[in-house]
Amino acid sequence: MNNVLQIVWLIPFLPLVGFLINGLFRKQLPKSLTGIIGSGVIFISFLLSVYVFIQVKNGNTHLAHYFDFINTTALKVGFDFQIDQLSSLFLLIITGVGFLIHVYSTSYMHEEESKDFAKYFAFLNLFVFSMLLLVMGGNYIIMFIGWEGVGLCSYLLIGFWFKNNNYNDAAKKAFVMNRIGDLGFLLAVFWLMSKLGTADYHQVFANVSKLSLVDITGITLLLFVGATGKSAQIPLYTWLPDAMAGPTPVSALIHAATMVTAGIYMIARSNILFTMAPVTQTVVAVIGLATAILAATIALKQNDIKKVLAYSTVSQLGYMFLGLGVGAYTGAVFHVMTHAFFKALLFLGAGSVIHAMGGEQDMRNMGGLKKHMSVTHITFLLGCLAIAGMPPFSGFFSKDEILAEAFKQNPLYWGIGVAGALMTSFYMFRLYAMTFLGKFRGTHEQEHHLHESPAAITIPLAVLALLAVIGGWIGIPEVFMHGGHRLEAFLEPVFANTNEYVKAHHPHEHLSHSTEYMLMGISVVGALAALLFAWNKFSKYEKTDAETTGFGKVLENKWYVDELYDSVIVKPIGSLANFFNNIFEKRGIDGFVNGVGKAVTYGSRQIRLLQSGQVGTYVLLMVVGILVLFIIQLFL
Amino acid sequence: MFGNYITIPHLLIFFPLVTGLFTFLIEKEAAVKAWSLFSAIVTLVISILSLVYSNNNELSGLTYNYEWMKYIGASFSVGLDGVGRVLTLLTAIAFPLIFVATYKSKYKNANAFYALMLLSQAGLMGVFTAMDALLFYFFWELALIPVYFLSSKWGGEKRIQATFKFFIYTFTGSLLMLVAIIYTYLHTAATPTSDHSFSIAAFQSVLLSAADQNWLFWLFFVAFAIKMPVFPFHTWQPDTYEQSPTAVTMVLSGVMVKMGLFGVIRWLLPIFPAAVIKFDNVVIGLSVVGIVYASIIAIRQDDLKRLVAYSSIAHIGLMSAALFTTKQIAIEGVMIQMFNHGINIIGLWIVIDLIEKQLGVRKISQLGGLAHKAPVLTIMLVVIAFANIALPLTNAFVGEFMMFSGLFRFNIWYTVVAGISIILAAVYTLNMVKNVFYGESNALTAAVKDISLNEKIILSVVVVAIFLVGVYPQPFFDLTKSAVSFITTRFK
Repeated sequence: MNNVLQIVWLIPFLPLVGFLINGLFRKQLPKSLTGIIGSGVIFISFLLSVYVFIQVKNGNTHLAHYFDFINTTALKVGFDFQIDQLSSLFLLIITGVGFLIHVYSTSYMHEEESKDFAKYFAFLNLFVFSMLLLVMGGNYIIMFIGWEGVGLCSYLLIGFWFKNNNYNDAAKKAFVMNRIGDLGFLLAVFWLMSKLGTADYHQVFANVSKLSLVDITGITLLLFVGATGKSAQIPLYTWLPDAMAGPTPVSALIHAATMVTAGIYMIARSNILFTMAPVTQTVVAVIGLATAILAATIALKQNDIKKVLAYSTVSQLGYMFLGLGVGAYTGAVFHVMTHAFFKALLFLGAGSVIHAMGGEQDMRNMGGLKKHMSVTHITFLLGCLAIAGMPPFSGFFSKDEILAEAFKQNPLYWGIGVAGALMTSFYMFRLYAMTFLGKFRGTHEQEHHLHESPAAITIPLAVLALLAVIGGWIGIPEVFMHGGHRLEAFLEPVFANTNEYVKAHHPHEHLSHSTEYMLMGISVVGALAALLFAWNKFSKYEKTDAETTGFGKVLENKWYVDELYDSVIVKPIGSLANFFNNIFEKRGIDGFVNGVGKAVTYGSRQIRLLQSGQVGTYVLLMVVGILVLFIIQLFL
Repeated sequence: MFGNYITIPHLLIFFPLVTGLFTFLIEKEAAVKAWSLFSAIVTLVISILSLVYSNNNELSGLTYNYEWMKYIGASFSVGLDGVGRVLTLLTAIAFPLIFVATYKSKYKNANAFYALMLLSQAGLMGVFTAMDALLFYFFWELALIPVYFLSSKWGGEKRIQATFKFFIYTFTGSLLMLVAIIYTYLHTAATPTSDHSFSIAAFQSVLLSAADQNWLFWLFFVAFAIKMPVFPFHTWQPDTYEQSPTAVTMVLSGVMVKMGLFGVIRWLLPIFPAAVIKFDNVVIGLSVVGIVYASIIAIRQDDLKRLVAYSSIAHIGLMSAALFTTKQIAIEGVMIQMFNHGINIIGLWIVIDLIEKQLGVRKISQLGGLAHKAPVLTIMLVVIAFANIALPLTNAFVGEFMMFSGLFRFNIWYTVVAGISIILAAVYTLNMVKNVFYGESNALTAAVKDISLNEKIILSVVVVAIFLVGVYPQPFFDLTKSAVSFITTRFK
């Protein structure tokens, strides 16, 4: 075993140890120690991830086999890890951003009771552990362990404050919707195994040529169903906005470092399968684009600061799927990374605001916070600029890459994508202006309480802000700088098969530099216009009691999708359950069984009359019986 | 090591049988309980020995054959193969677990209660080791008859009704099986001492016309289907589980339902392979319908016991479907799942029993917010609940994965329909967790106390087993590999 394999198992193992310590000794440990253990294990994992990252920079792939998970005549599944460029990049994001969120949480959750505080950190560590397993696994089954593991952790953390049944419902919804996706994932794995007899990545990808087009299309579509659950795409996106019921740092973890990026990772990992399934590619791109637009329209009208951010995540994930769908795997992974920076920043910033506001999340009651919270304000502004795609902030580079690739595929994709980008810019600066600009609209008590958050909160904000600003510079497009896209070069080995396949089947098309400048120009100018419009409009925002009407109301109510699901799926299943339980089971099957029982009882009651106890009757019957037998004997 | 006359299967059968009969004579309740627990623990030790001294070869593993009634070809023939080892181990683990978990329960005529429990254990051990059809039938009844008495004497309010239904169902099943055994027997080859033979080898090589195979298949199948139970033969189960004393429910659901599955594995698949292939679609279809049907009904249950009953019907339905695919991967999954289902469902009953004993109710609608005062109980339950829905790294995942995988190779659409239960299971399980443990506590549940040390220990055993098997399931596959291959070769 080489050096990498000797240490790589520690990366997920340490968070698991952290989970066990904080979980088992939650009553004994003081808060300070809990925080140190919880954050410390992630920090060490981060350092190890950096080491691993350096080791795989030159294009190496490391495969580790630890033990046989299942080894039977019919199925062999190893507890295997595959460490390459893609997984190591995700390791950095998960442990790096994850660590900052842990540090932030030590302050944010400080008001919890000591044992709840420990429980929180235990779950947080378990979350990171599951996500690490997901990206490190060397086959689809280990990936699935992490895949369901993050579902479990999100359930536990969204419902962390379990006294509130609305939160519990949100937690349940997250788990159940994820499970719908998981079924798709499982079916895809069964399909793969039934055709190739294995679920190991390297064996599957080496043998893709043995799969028919129907197989590949079916498998990839089912995998994509899995991705829509985990990564909150149409039709399974509605759990994510509800998931903000959990503590705010948890939202940051779910939206940035873990969980929702799982679907992107899985498709990027399976890139060759998707590349060979053009139908699936189109479905992925269209669903991604539709989700991006739908979520963006909803975000325009939300008043809860976390809800706006939640829908912006759904929308940004849509862009990533658009990228995957048009074959821009690098672009999608790039956007995962930059998004992790600015979305973690925005959520943590929002948490800082909510903290200062004493738990208030409604932006209509905020305003003018700029004066009171300078670090939160500046970092938040940088985050907004990044997500809005303003150059040279990180979001600009990754979003631009996806949009440019989309244009190559179909200019309409690009057009719709840019429209979504304008909305993004608008709702983010609506959020920014309503929160930080104008005058304060909350109560006097809240105003008195306003303060900048402590260092454990502001330092992670500052680090993330820095990353949100410069994080895009590792992927500078060719038009600006030759060889500027260091990320593409780094990830090259992961997508080598795909690149080869594309080269063979579709001769490379390049956008001319002038087209690329023009596309960029349109999206940047448009986004800037939306930014200024929102800034101007909402810095003068006044609270009104007037209810929204017309189309605005539809958006405010999220297109009534939850209501639609409720009446089309949830309620019918409930009625069906009632019918089965009260009618079919009781009257149908049981009615039959009891009928048989009654018939037997009735029959025996009649027959019982024969046993009257009168010897005369018995003798008579005996004689009759003998006679009958005798007659039968005669005739046979 | 035990010589030629006393083998491990003997000990597994006769130890509980003798101690059970002796229990009738003990008068003091405390002594009865201690004695029964002692007996159960000794049986467990014997069972573990059987794992240590295993050379793990087909049916010959640990066999003993005594020509019992040689003129009719019936012998006292017992043996332990991989399947037998897994199920005797489950039986041996289940009883001490049940005795400890219900140690505080009070019974009228405790000696009779515990005696019947032990007799039932002896019967179960016999069923899982019998290598002779007549003997199998004998033990089948020996395992069941005590349960009728246990449910009808010590059960809940509607026990008579429930037991009556249970009786009608299982009696019908037994009768059908008896007819089928005798008919098959009459077609077996002659032995040196008799015209026919009840031995399993004779049954496996019996020559039957296709038409005979077909109806014999259905007689056996219905007998086993009632026991499992498979839709639509299942309606005895929720009532019986609800009305029986919890200890009996644990035996019924944890161990006895495996009699049906075991019957299919030992007496149906290898003996009537042609009929199995002919009717596989019907049986799997019924099972798949049952999986979804039971899962949907489970959503609407308010009584915790009935909820678990329907959830169990769904799980067993998957095992039944998997068996009839006759795919290696699926049957390997069933092997491990039979064990895990037993552990998990007993764990669930323990939690339900703890709640009922403290608060006197099992209605989900009357509970709520238990997590405030009973965090440890909640953690244990949440772990078991997630094992029940087969979360990876809990014990149930691997088995379910393999069974679905085999079913997929049989037919994609069955898998898709049965797969819906993966989602529905999450719905009813998490609903239960939410409504019983989370939320605000009410007047009733505010008074609940967390579990005591010995309850913690017993639930920890369950939880540790869940993770142990979940992370490292391989020993089960090694144990049952050849037994599964033996079955699948009949279908090649």
